[in-house]
Order: sequence, then C-alpha cells, then structure tokens
Amino acid sequence: MPTDTHRTIDAVWRIESARLIAALARMVRDVGLAEELAQDALVAALEQWPEAGIPDNPGAWLMATAKHRALDQLRRRKMLNRKHEEIGRELEARQGTTPDLEITLDDDVGDDLLRLIFTACHPVLPREARVALTLRLLGGLSTDEIARSFLVPESTMAQRVVRAKRTLSEKRVPFQVPRAEELDARLASVLEVIYLIFNEGYSATRGDDLLRPALCEEALRLGRILAELASNEPEVHGLVALMEIQTSRFAARTDASGAPIRLNDQNRALWNQLLIHRGLAALDRAERLGQTPGSYVLQASIAACHARAATLEQTDWPRIAALYAALAQVTRSPVVELNRAVAVGMAFGAAAGLEVVDALADEPSLKSYYLLPGVRADLLEKAGRLEEARLEFERAAAMAQNSRERDLLLGRARAVIKA
Amino acid sequence: MRFMVLVPASKESEAGMMPPKELFAAMGKFNAEMVKAGVMLAGEGLAPTSKGARIKYDDGKTSVTDGPFTESKELVAGFWIIQCKSKEEAVEWMKRAPFGGGCQIEIRQIMELADFPPDALPEGMVKQEAALREQIKK
Repeated sequence: MPTDTHRTIDAVWRIESARLIAALARMVRDVGLAEELAQDALVAALEQWPEAGIPDNPGAWLMATAKHRALDQLRRRKMLNRKHEEIGRELEARQGTTPDLEITLDDDVGDDLLRLIFTACHPVLPREARVALTLRLLGGLSTDEIARSFLVPESTMAQRVVRAKRTLSEKRVPFQVPRAEELDARLASVLEVIYLIFNEGYSATRGDDLLRPALCEEALRLGRILAELASNEPEVHGLVALMEIQTSRFAARTDASGAPIRLNDQNRALWNQLLIHRGLAALDRAERLGQTPGSYVLQASIAACHARAATLEQTDWPRIAALYAALAQVTRSPVVELNRAVAVGMAFGAAAGLEVVDALADEPSLKSYYLLPGVRADLLEKAGRLEEARLEFERAAAMAQNSRERDLLLGRARAVIKA
Repeated sequence: MRFMVLVPASKESEAGMMPPKELFAAMGKFNAEMVKAGVMLAGEGLAPTSKGARIKYDDGKTSVTDGPFTESKELVAGFWIIQCKSKEEAVEWMKRAPFGGGCQIEIRQIMELADFPPDALPEGMVKQEAALREQIKK
C-alpha cells in the first residue's frame, strides 16, 4: 500500500519527469542514459524525501541530483572517450549554475521537450515501440502501467522499451527537432502515436483495468502539451480538438450493460459541454492558421458538427458530407468514403447515398467489412427497397465480428419484413 | 480525473479591487504553466458578491436575495478546473500557485458519471436534463 509520501512523489514525478529526462537527454545526448539518470534521481527522492520532506522546488532537486549522478558516472568510467570528456567538462561548467537558473530557461525547457517527443516517436522505431517509449518518457508511466494499459505481459513491454532505446542508440538518432523538410512526416508520426494511445483508451470496455480509459486523458494531456510547443501547426490543434470532442461523449457512449451506443442514438445531455467548448476552441485555433485542412482538422470539423447539434435532427449533414468528401481526398480511405455515403444519405436522401455506396461494391479492402453491407442495407430500407434491404442486413450479420453486432443486424433484418 | 479548485474571497476582492501587479503577473505565469502542462481545463475569476444573488428554496417557494453578502465567511472569488491523475497531483500543482498571507484554497474532485451508482439517475431526470440543455442553447 503506497504511503501518502509515495503517492506525492508519484505526483511530483508525473509533473517533472518528462522535462527532467528531456534536459538530461540534451546534455548526455542519449535518451536511454538520460532516463536511467532520471530514474536514479527518483530512487534518491524515494529514499530521502519520506524523512527530509518534499523539497520546495522538487523539479530543481531532481535535476541537481541527476546531474550529480551523471558526473559521478562519467568519472567512474575507466575509459573516458573524447565525447564523454567533453560532456564531463560541460557538466562541470554548468555545476556553477543555481537551480533557479534552470527553471527560468523556459525556451530551453520547451525545446528539450519537443526534442524528446520527436525522438520517442522516431519512425525508425516500430509503432508499438514509439507508443511505449512515449508513455514511458513523456507520460512518466511505469513499465507495469504501460503493460496493463495495453494488455501485454510486463516482460514483453519491458523488452519493447529496452529494444527501442537500443535502436535509437545504435542508429545514432540525434536528439533534435527535425529539419524543416522532414517536419511534416515526423509530426505525422507524433500525432499518430498520440491518437493511437487515445484510441486504445477509447476502446476500453467496462471491467477493463482503469488504466485503459485513463489513456484517453493521457493522450489529451500530451496533445495539449504539444499544442503549446508547436502552436503554429494546425494538425496538432486538429488532433486535440478531435480528442476533446470525442472525450466529451464518454459518458454517453455505453448503456447500463456496457454495450456501445452509436453516436446517433446517444443521450446528448450526457455530452460534456466544457470539453466540447475546448474542442471547438482548439479547432478555431487550427482554422485561424489559414492552411488547407489536413486529416485531423477535417475529422475534428466533422466531430464539431455533431457536437454543435443539440439534437440529431439539428445535425448539419450537408456540411458533414462535404467534410467527408474533403477527407476522402486527403486520406484516400474507402472507409471514409463509406462514412460519406451515410452523410450523403442523411443530407440528400437514400438514393444519393446508395450511389456512393454502390461505387464501393468492388473495393478490395472492404470485402469482409460488415459495415459495407450494413450501410447499404440501411439505405435500401430508407429507399423502400425492402426485400433487398433484408438480404443485405442478413449478409452484414454474417460478416459481423461479435454477437452483439450480429444480433443487432439480424434484428434490423426481421424488422424490415414487419414493415 | 478532474478537480475543481475554489478560491476564497477577501475584503479586497469583495471591494472589487484588482490584485497588485506582481500578483497578477505571477498568477498569469502560473496559469500559463498549467496550460503548457496540459492540465488546465478552465479558470475564472468571479465578480464581487455585490453583483450576485442568492436563492433560497423552501416548500416549493423560492426567495431571492441580492448581494453583497457579508455574513458568510465562505464566499468564492474564483475557480479552476484541472485534469490530474490523482488528488496528490492536483495538490502538487496548486502548491505552486502564487497565493500568500494565509489564503486557503480548496480542492474538490469532480464526480464523473461513472462515480454515481447505476441506479442514481432515473430515466425521467435524464430526459429533463436534456430538455433543460435544449433551453440553454436557444
């Protein structure tokens, strides 16, 4: 049972660790080593703070302790190569600076954090490694917490983190913000990681470890941090907007038995208005930057249309249909096109929607996607083509991935005959 | 988890006095830190109670009293809503606020729907809330 002091130290660690690791990484130029040094400082805090009390400036205490250990370590090494000597001298020169000086160097802190984010999300690492490293270095989560969040054994996650750090070392990934030519691609990698974490949390079901839904909050926090560090990047604000608005629906998305409720059927009184307000504000920030909307801004815009509608009937479907059209251009995704079919159907009638769906009939990636016949069935029913609708619902049910969805679709098939 | 932080009123805040420049600047810096850390959700200052009102509910009747209110020691002058993983984290953040002179703030956890027992919200009440929100939006 963690003591009060331990819980407080955990809280301090959560607030300070990312900056600490970032600053150390700039100094020792190795993210793995930086994390070890930061962990050493945490161990020291766990040993000393219960008795001596939490220091007034815990961040400065951890930084001073970590740097001390860095110096110790470098001196004890038998073979100090030239690089380590240089760093050693640099650290010794900095020893003269007071803790206060560290805290006021705001720009440095921001830059270092940005470097750390880009490094943890480097494309040389497999996606799951980027996720693990981001949660470890920027989220301050323990390996055990990350493992439980993603439903893998702790040893698997530990290996993933170790291998990731080793890869960054071996590939000599520099600790820096990407050059302008690479920025778009590198930023896309960061946003992908954050949204992956968010979706993992959003997919959590009742009865799951509470760490899992907490991943949504974690992703939101990371997104908001990035929005301040990279405030002239519209896609960052777009992703934040998307996550704020999706999170606003958290309370409405499942029924009493834990079954998912689709957006159109949700009780909008349960949508969190503060988060919607924040999402719309973030979207506004993106739009003010005046660039052609990217995929996250477009997805956020669609979410915003729903968020602004007090009832389903007030939804601006024509606007949503247009946004899906723009999104389809950007992502070239058949699933997006399928969503567009739904929106077109709502906006301009079932026949128009069917035109869009029918164009997807031979799309290879949708061959076993149950929502293709599902959407088609719904539109056929609305168009009065009842026998075709019933068959399509049954076809969709056969392809459904779980019994709940299958039952739902079979129910729709039966309801068509009754009509 | 979300927390509401309540800031008490003072003679000065009730008199509508602006805080001294240095405190104002320090508060701005503190707020900026919370924004940069992704924990700040909302933060507002409240006008003095002279601009407010109280409503008392008794047996289906309401009685309204206009401010200022001087009798109660529990006047609120401002609030924050912050997102933290634990109460300890909320406390650690608020320790950094530039208050002084014996000022005492209160940190309260915001109840999420999941915190209510399953039978706490009867269906009728939920529909009523929905209707209310409809009204507010008009």
